[in-house]
Amino acid sequence: MSEQSLAIRRISDLANPTRFLALAGRILPWLSGLTVLLFAIGLYLSFTTEGDYQQGETVRIMYIHVPSAWLSMMCYTVMAISALGTLVWRHPLADVSARAAAPIGAVFTFLALVTGSLWGKPMWGTWWVWDARLTSVFVLFLMYLGLIALNRAFEDPGRAARVSAILILVGFVNIPIIKFSVEWWNTLHQPASVMRMDGPAIDAEFLRPLLVMAGAFTLLFFTLHIAAMRNEIWDRRMMAMRRQAARLAGNGQSKPQELAEGRGEAR
Amino acid sequence: MTHTTYVIASYGVAAITILGLILSIYFGGRRRQRDLARLEASGIRRRSASAVQPPEGAAK
Repeated sequence: MSEQSLAIRRISDLANPTRFLALAGRILPWLSGLTVLLFAIGLYLSFTTEGDYQQGETVRIMYIHVPSAWLSMMCYTVMAISALGTLVWRHPLADVSARAAAPIGAVFTFLALVTGSLWGKPMWGTWWVWDARLTSVFVLFLMYLGLIALNRAFEDPGRAARVSAILILVGFVNIPIIKFSVEWWNTLHQPASVMRMDGPAIDAEFLRPLLVMAGAFTLLFFTLHIAAMRNEIWDRRMMAMRRQAARLAGNGQSKPQELAEGRGEAR
Repeated sequence: MTHTTYVIASYGVAAITILGLILSIYFGGRRRQRDLARLEASGIRRRSASAVQPPEGAAK
């Protein structure tokens, strides 16, 4: 078997929810441990580095605000890739991934908005302005809430998957708008100071804790996403089992186990 | 409000929100595992699972 076909085989193996559950069970303890370790280092650095000569202590808000804002966009990007997986490749886990990511993305977007507001008040003198960056992130938050509501409106997750995937892909247009809003329009929010063509414009003293915290937040996202995907798979299994039980009950059978063993479905 | 108050408020909100998310996913998983075990104990099997279910006592 060639290397390419082996790689394809490995990827398609992951499409099997049972294999995914086994993999998640093995990987989650390690991911959780690494996340805790990185958070411990990140928080230590966040509170031991010096304050900014202009912003003073409030610069420490950056270490949770910026990673939350990055993750709010990364989570939506993961959802958009999953939506493609649902519509193009019909990957069995793609819809599970998009559905599980939405509440996590909503939480990080909420955190970006709240911590940004708490940073804005002492620095800008206001909690909120309707400028392009803040408004586009607020729209992202509303999109997350809309997608969560849509997913819950359908009893059968399979029926919600395609509608949800199309909406996610349409809403993806907001991600570059958020990213470039500070360059395209005159905003109160400062332009990018880390992800720039000419390198970070931020001092290493602040960059170090920021990057460690960004790593910790990213690991936290993947840990929670895998755990939430596992929960979603279990939900769907229970739904399938209850349907099976109802079908058997409808056929007038009183002993589901005997019947279930005799009615295998080739899948 | 002093600058420290804004910092404490930010970290406090972040800690409570993230902890809430972690706990809801963790306990959600525990509840689902319990419910799945109860369904299986009552003899209900998924059709796909019953097709590949090994006979009782067979080596896994």
